[in-house]
Amino acid sequence: MSPVRAETLRFEEISVGDTLPELAIPLTRTLIVATAIASRDYQDVHHDPGLAVERGSPDIFMNILTTNGFVGRFVTDWAGPGALIESVSIRLGAPNYPGDTMTLTGTVTTTELPAQRHDGRGVVEVTLRGANSRGDHVTGTVRLSVPSDGAGTS
Amino acid sequence: MASGRSDATTDADALLAQLRAFEGRPSGPPAEARDEVNQAMIRHWVDAMGDDNPVYVDEESARANGFPGVVAPPTMLQAWIMRGYLSQPDGAWKAQRDASGEASAQEQLFDALNAAGFTSVVATNCDQEYVRPIVLGDRLTVTSVIDSVSPEKHTGLGDGHFVTTRLEFTDQHGERVATMRFRILRFRPQSSRPKDVALRPRPAITHDIAFFFEGARNGTLLIQRCAQCGVLRHPPRPACASCGSFEWDTVTASGRGTVYSFVVVHHPQVAAFDYPLPIAVVELEEGTRLVGDLIGIDPADVEIGMPVVAEMVAVDDELTIPMFRPAVPVGAGRVGAVTGDA
Repeated sequence: MSPVRAETLRFEEISVGDTLPELAIPLTRTLIVATAIASRDYQDVHHDPGLAVERGSPDIFMNILTTNGFVGRFVTDWAGPGALIESVSIRLGAPNYPGDTMTLTGTVTTTELPAQRHDGRGVVEVTLRGANSRGDHVTGTVRLSVPSDGAGTS
Repeated sequence: MASGRSDATTDADALLAQLRAFEGRPSGPPAEARDEVNQAMIRHWVDAMGDDNPVYVDEESARANGFPGVVAPPTMLQAWIMRGYLSQPDGAWKAQRDASGEASAQEQLFDALNAAGFTSVVATNCDQEYVRPIVLGDRLTVTSVIDSVSPEKHTGLGDGHFVTTRLEFTDQHGERVATMRFRILRFRPQSSRPKDVALRPRPAITHDIAFFFEGARNGTLLIQRCAQCGVLRHPPRPACASCGSFEWDTVTASGRGTVYSFVVVHHPQVAAFDYPLPIAVVELEEGTRLVGDLIGIDPADVEIGMPVVAEMVAVDDELTIPMFRPAVPVGAGRVGAVTGDA
């Protein structure tokens, strides 16, 4: 488990092309059920193997709220506790089944110091993917803001 | 078959019109979160996600990082309005709603999709945009609208319709705090695909070869024989290659033969067939060769020279064709159908 960074990255420390530390999530059956319940998702395909098979899936699989959760954690582990996630856009592919591992990787694709912002923060876009043995489970982008030295705070 | 296909197209058009009528309608009444944003649910979430960001659990740390107090993980947004166990078929919430007799637009839409066979669901896209951090004590309300329903699409999971829903989250003051777009695929699981959706290509049955398919329908594998010199021939044709005679009759083959050659087709895939698809040239014990599907065997176990027996298979109401099974069980105990028939 990669712990969250203690000091939040400042905008000036981030460049396009920076890679985020990889985050590997072992997909235990307990994790898939525990995260579904933590997100209050009681759809049977996320906890009942028999019904999952009946609905055309080989096993139970991770729910989308949890994928969002790991995507959020992946980005704030890297950027630090003062980072503010502004938007998340994800597309789902290969399901996360028990016994597999999902590895999240990402790079910084844009950095921007919007002139119209007056909160002293710069905006960074991270493009990421979470892959398991079947292919890409998730691909997407996250926009987050971090404190900047340069932006006016007046 | 042409008329069957156009009926299917008409049905699909009618269904799409029915589904499209839901676009722009509220999915259901606005739903208020049952609880305020609270530490217990946040802790439950961050524990499961392995997220040790202190701003989700520690007031001091949250303030030091510029937040007004402990914040909820932004991507936890949807969890606040989930009904949890109450949304289950035997849940109290469902029972209450059923008693009211009012089906929401979303329920009506999903009922229509279920009735058309699109019974399975998978989430495909989710976009969330946050206006401000959500903090302890916030009370969220969600309003959702059916944004769009796609025409029927072919996907890796099966054929289905994409349904996009837009959700607006507001706080206790009626201010918008987040917007979410959620896209799901309602699909027909491939295993339950109706057999008549895709028929095998029809053979062109001419006067010269009609006897062969007629024989197959009657459960026999027939071989054409020259009435003049007695030489057997396949595929059927008007004249004997040995003596030139146009006179012919047939003999009934024993059905026993060996695999002379074979291929396993992986691609391109045609809807009526299952893949990987092993197809063999079989040499019958009478001496002629013919092409047929191999059944009851793992494609990896097919070998040249292996003994096979013919079986007349009705692939649909109109067409019966010879296929071939291993004459002795292969990988005994592994291919149940073969063992059972042996």
